[in-house]
Amino acid sequence: MRGQRNTQIIAFLILIALVIAAPGMLYPVFVMKVLCFALFASAFNLLIGYVGLLSFGHAAFFGLGAYATAWTAKNWGLTPEIAILLGGVSGAALGTVFGWLAIRRQGLYFAMITLALAQMVYFFCVEAPFTGGEDGIQQVPRGKLFGVFSLANDMSIYWLVAVIFLAGFFLLNRVVHSPFGQVLKAIRENEPRATSLGYRTDSYKLIAFILSTFIAGIAGGTKSLVFGIATLTDVHWSMSGEVVLMTLLGGLGTIFGPVMGALVVTTMENYLAPFGAWVTVTQGLIFIACVLAFRRGIIGEIGAKLKLAL
Amino acid sequence: MTLTRRGLLGTAAATSLLPLARARAADAPIKIGVLGDMSGMYRDLSGPVSVACAKQAVADFGAAGKGIPVEILVGDHQNKPDIGAGVAGQWFDRDGVDLVVDVPNSSVALAVSNVGHLKNKVVIACGPGTADLTGPQCTPNTIHWSFDTWMLAHSTGGAMVKAGGDTWFFITADYAFGHAMQRDTANFVKEAGGKVLGNVDTPFPGTTDFSSFLLQAQSTGAKVIGLANAGSDTVNCIKQAAEFGVNKSARLAGLLVFISDVHALGLQNAQGLVLTETFYWDLNERTRAFTQRVLPNTGGARPGMGQAGVYGGVLQYLKAVEKIGVAAAKASGAATVAQMKAMPTDDDAFGPGSIRADGRALHPAYLFEVKSPAESKAPWDYYKLLATTPADEAFRPLKDGHCPLIPA
Repeated sequence: MRGQRNTQIIAFLILIALVIAAPGMLYPVFVMKVLCFALFASAFNLLIGYVGLLSFGHAAFFGLGAYATAWTAKNWGLTPEIAILLGGVSGAALGTVFGWLAIRRQGLYFAMITLALAQMVYFFCVEAPFTGGEDGIQQVPRGKLFGVFSLANDMSIYWLVAVIFLAGFFLLNRVVHSPFGQVLKAIRENEPRATSLGYRTDSYKLIAFILSTFIAGIAGGTKSLVFGIATLTDVHWSMSGEVVLMTLLGGLGTIFGPVMGALVVTTMENYLAPFGAWVTVTQGLIFIACVLAFRRGIIGEIGAKLKLAL
Repeated sequence: MTLTRRGLLGTAAATSLLPLARARAADAPIKIGVLGDMSGMYRDLSGPVSVACAKQAVADFGAAGKGIPVEILVGDHQNKPDIGAGVAGQWFDRDGVDLVVDVPNSSVALAVSNVGHLKNKVVIACGPGTADLTGPQCTPNTIHWSFDTWMLAHSTGGAMVKAGGDTWFFITADYAFGHAMQRDTANFVKEAGGKVLGNVDTPFPGTTDFSSFLLQAQSTGAKVIGLANAGSDTVNCIKQAAEFGVNKSARLAGLLVFISDVHALGLQNAQGLVLTETFYWDLNERTRAFTQRVLPNTGGARPGMGQAGVYGGVLQYLKAVEKIGVAAAKASGAATVAQMKAMPTDDDAFGPGSIRADGRALHPAYLFEVKSPAESKAPWDYYKLLATTPADEAFRPLKDGHCPLIPA
């Protein structure tokens, strides 16, 4: 057990070191995008990996967070930290309603309900005047952190994004390893048994759902400030699909898996951009290879080889 | 300890590369990034043909002979604004790109235009439709070539009425773009003395069966059915209109249709369709000569107005670079754009023209009718000219754009 803890700590230290060193080696805006998606995928993983709920509508919370942050930062001139927090709160508010409805069903039905609700959000965003429809919300100012530090420079906003990512990541890790997280895993393994032990499984599932959507909203809000835009891409169902792909690729139910998955998928999108149609083809092939050859995902397989819970 | 050492090593490695990059910047080439849709729904009106047009502009300009080294990069924004903005930012910051060109899809174009402004580079948008690029969101670093929604509505709505199509019915995609397109076109129809008999909103996205909407339009007896939609919606409308024979009793007017769509539809389906473009390969001697030059590299496809805009835009950009010098052009995108606006434009694709203070490139707009299969004599012989709107009337008047660069 103690050895297990030590390897976890070493893995965390490596992650922190990488986050600090990355902007020196890679394009900072690209790294920020990876971090936003890594946080989004980690939030998604809390549901699929630890409660066993496949939400196929997580883009709704991500996108709504992006819109809320972008709109308040642009029109009310809110400082970035408050705008991002509002993004998280709106994600959680929507998550409360959707979660309350969706957790009544399981498996495929749960996925379909979340997908249907997310599509409603998408159509709302297509029509609603404040989202700018097809054009999206553009030219969102990055603003000044706490009203003091300007984030216009890519490196200064990088540290904010890094702190948000690490904070969200450790929060999720803490949740997973807390007694609350143990109950979630019990629900995943055998829900009737958890009920028979006296746990109100619905409440646990709802809280996990709200937590996940809150973090997804934060991730969306952060991304909208990094790029200065919030558009329909963020609420489109393909975004929900992408986060599923990231999590599966990295490793379902592993702490580091979604981060790795986000890195791989975002890298493909960015660095395969000169090759045109090959982006989607490569994504498909990798997904097939992953499902056929290493079902536990990249991190999951590595963890299994090293006999570690990563 | 591990952590600081790694951080230090990383920064040290990065800074050690910096002087090298600076030394190279002295004789750095002009780099042009063609950022298009290479894999999605806009591939046919952007994609590889745009890249071929950019290369043709460099060749026709004779960059090598003039001692101006030019490099072309290609990117696929996958119709996602964050990928577009990310690739453009990386090009500007890391790869020393000076000009990003093409950028179909309005949301991507607005995002990239903003990045270009922040980094003081040049963006020439040829593929997107939004008139906001030269309106409220205009920047001193952006030029909008080829077309915009105002121009399309104005030409198709106004010129069509003058050509006899004076009663209209709209089939409108039920979202912001569709409504805006319908509203603008309806205004021009009324201005020109025409009458709008009504409209029907179709759910967006996802409508594939337009037959009942088409029959409803037909039953009003309108002479023109305006298609205030885009992409696959327009294509489906046109196909189904042909199937139901609606195109026999009324004329279809596509508000956002390109020659690549007509090619995909085939003349049997598209015949009689009325549309507006600022470029047609078979328009005159110069456009034919340009098309002949670029054709070996397009796989047989004739360029549409967006792709021809890449040619015209890159050519004008290189002329400006020649005027102010490579070093000055690399140093300031705004200065290069100012020079582009100061000179008249003249290229084989669009003929003589100019670029306005708000970044709008001005060219005549042509109202075309799609030929019937019997009239078409050669491959891609698709259009006959109905009317021409001169360059000074074709685009939105400067004062109506509310561009912050223009003193009110």
